[in-house]
Parts: sequence; C-alpha cells; structure tokens
Amino acid sequence: MADASYPDDLKYHPEHDWARIEGDTAVLGITWYAQDSLGEIVFFDPPKVGATVTKDESYAEVESVKAVSDVIAPLSGEVVEVNEALSNSPEHINDDPYGGGWLVKVRLADPSEVDALLDAGAYQELLGG
Amino acid sequence: MGETGTLKRTPLFEKHREAGAKLVPFAGWEMPVQYAGIRAEHTAVRGRAGVFDVSHMGEIETTGPGAADLLQRLLSNDVAKLAVGGAQYSVLCREDGGILDDLFTYRLGEDRYLTVTNAANHEKDLAWFQASADGFDCEVADHLHDYAMLAVQGPDARRIVGDLADGDLPARFRTADVGVAGVPVLVCGTGYTGEDGVELLIRPDGAETVWDALLTAGVDPVGLGARDTLRLEVCFHLYGNDMDESRNAIEAGLGWCCKEDTGFIGADVVRDARLEGTAEALVPFVLTGPGIARQGNPVAGGGVITSGTLSPCLEIGIGMAYLPVARAIPGTPFEIDVRGKTRPAEVRTKPLYAKET
Repeated sequence: MADASYPDDLKYHPEHDWARIEGDTAVLGITWYAQDSLGEIVFFDPPKVGATVTKDESYAEVESVKAVSDVIAPLSGEVVEVNEALSNSPEHINDDPYGGGWLVKVRLADPSEVDALLDAGAYQELLGG
Repeated sequence: MGETGTLKRTPLFEKHREAGAKLVPFAGWEMPVQYAGIRAEHTAVRGRAGVFDVSHMGEIETTGPGAADLLQRLLSNDVAKLAVGGAQYSVLCREDGGILDDLFTYRLGEDRYLTVTNAANHEKDLAWFQASADGFDCEVADHLHDYAMLAVQGPDARRIVGDLADGDLPARFRTADVGVAGVPVLVCGTGYTGEDGVELLIRPDGAETVWDALLTAGVDPVGLGARDTLRLEVCFHLYGNDMDESRNAIEAGLGWCCKEDTGFIGADVVRDARLEGTAEALVPFVLTGPGIARQGNPVAGGGVITSGTLSPCLEIGIGMAYLPVARAIPGTPFEIDVRGKTRPAEVRTKPLYAKET
C-alpha cells in the first residue's frame, strides 16, 4: 500500500472523498485515509452511467473483506463514466487512490459547490495531522 | 455485554503493537484484527503457518469425582467417551434447547476437565456451570486469567511447533503437556481454520517467549479478520452469528455433537427437533454473481444470512444462512437482499473450500 498522501491539486470532502475538477466535470474517489481505514478493498459497486449523484449523499459502495462502506458524493452531478477496471481489480483503490483507483467521472450540476470543499491542508487538519 | 469502558488486553498486547497490528474492540477485549492484511494472512495459513492470539477465549476448569457427571449434564456430547488426554466439541444448551455456547472440552486428568469458552459468553457460561453444579461432587473454577492461548495453524504449523518442542505433539483431538521454547504448554490438536495445527494453552508470563519463538521460526501473525475468513471457508460455526440462544443444535447443523441419551440439559428439545424436523436449517452458500452478503441480509422468500464475507481462496462471496428446510438443499438457487440489491446465490455443501489433493 502506498504511503499517506493528499495531493494539492484535489478538493476534499470531510467524509474522506476527493474531487479532481476538470472544467465542468470532476473525477471522484476516496482518500488515502479512507482506503487505509477500510483495509483491503475487494468489491466496488458503482452507480450506472447516467445516474444522478447528490452532494453529501451516498452514490456507491466499497467493501473490504470485513465491512461495507458508503461512498459520499463530494459534488452533485450526472455520472458520465465509471472506472470499469475496478470490477476486476478493486485493489487499485488501495494501491493508487488518486490515480488508477478513481471511481467515477461526473458532469457537475452546480460548479459553485466546489467552493464548499476543503483544500489539502484543511482536509489534513481535519484528520488531526 | 459486561464491558465497563476499559477493554481487556491479552498478555501479548505489546507484541501485537510491535508487529504492526490494527487493534479493535472485540467482545470486551482489545484484539488484533489484522497485521499485514487479511488476504496475506489468510494465504499464509493456507500455504504455510500462522499464529493467532486467542487469549480472549475463556477457560473453565471442572474438577472432582463428580466432574464427569456435571459435564455430562451440561454438554451435548457424550462426555463418558472423552478419554484422558482427549478433546471433544459440544454445545451448551438451555432447557428449551437454545444454544448458550459452543465449546471444546479437554480431559486433563481422571477427574479434571478444561472447557474453552467464547470470550463474549465466558461470564454467562461460568454462571451456568456454577448454577448447575449443586449436588455434584466437583468444583467449577474460572481460569480465564490463568492462560494465554495461541492457535498455530497451517500445513507447516506442526513441523514448526514440533521443532520448538521438547516432546511429541499430540495427535488431532488429543492433548499433551509439552515444553515449547522452554515454556510449559498444554498443546491441543485442535483449531478453527480447516488446516492442520495446534492450539497452545500457556501461562500468561510465558506467552511472549512462545510468540517470539514462533515468529522467529517464520510463522506469520494472523488477526481476527483472517480467522473469520478461514473458518467460514470451511463452514465452522461462529457463536453469535451462526447460532445463538434462539436456535437449537439441529437447525444449526450441530446434531452430530448431540447425544440425547446422555440426558443433557435441553436434550428433550433436541430429540424432538431431530425427529420432527425444524422450520429452517443452516446452510453454506456462495454468491453466483458479484457482491458480498453480510450478517443480517434477508433472503427472498424467507431466511437470513448469518455470516458472509469474500473468500480469499475462492475469490467469491461466501457465507452461511438459515433457509426454510424445503430450500436448504445443495444446488438450490436463492436470492439475497444486500442493502436493497438482489444478489443471486446457491446452496452448497460444506466445506466451501477444500484443499486440492
């Protein structure tokens, strides 16, 4: 498993999710802290392309051997792509949470929601570090 | 559940920290759930050898001329068949047949028996033993704090423990007093993984020495997470999941360890259930599609999942469930409601995982 990291170019949600803003779309995933707390992830149950995700609400589930956990949307929008590679290799979420372990790409419903997210420094403060 | 805010720690607590364990509360104890990772630990036990600290499990010693008679009354199996140096599995039942615990009992001497309890049930079991002991010429003593317990399991476990031992290890379902790494140990030929191996009952002050010797010899530390995936692959019951006081031994598939003619507490109910059948039966299952079922997930048409996980060896969702008996037949398809999603599953035979031979 990779070492703890919280890239500066991402925005963070207090429920341990990240968003990489790319114009009017965003790529979403879970943070290093989230995957470390869950342990080895063995199953990712994605939303369907076209599904609506709502900020602060669950849009998918990730499962470790021991437990299932909701994934909370940091932003609202419509799912335009899901990371198909995770169906065979959910461990990418552990190995590379900000790269190969991305979960979905959404077209943002309200780009101004981004303003409410945390930057890397604020998120790490929240983690107590 | 008797938790008073402070979690109990085993004599190996500091060793777990040293080994990088993730520690979690479990049945009132602060226990290692994993070290390197559940899958790596699981694989180590299936392929080589792993050691589990199971010192949270309790021990009750029953001693005296009436010990066998008391245990025959309490335990579902035929205690008269338990020879000195032997081990026997049984359930402890209420009058109405509800299962209070499942237990291994070791006969240490002519009139001396040691019964190992589940951590969450220890106080309840002890009270039950003591309340039932009136009129029997024996003593029931709590030995929870007198033993650390290590399970060493895997195809290499016996060889490695044997190399550290000053005498022969006991055969399967037998016990022996053997020095291990210079520490006096009650070695038992039992386990909870489906692999060969031994369980070691050790004086608390000797536990670290044995633990260090095992790790130095190449045994991997294994946490409660892999203990659960290992036992579920071979369909060993977990008390509190797969049976409890609301279930009897017949519906739980534990009729094989019940000998009603011994007259144990609950025997009449077990006999009736065996003759007349039960409404539901515990079965192993696999998911035939994606996903993982979990304890409490309902089954379409009746029934409930009692244990569920991802099998690290089979790489599919597996588990155990109570199903109506008409559908509790290997090969029967059924559907599980996993948090609102329908997941297809199929009843299988036990064990779900068997080593290729």
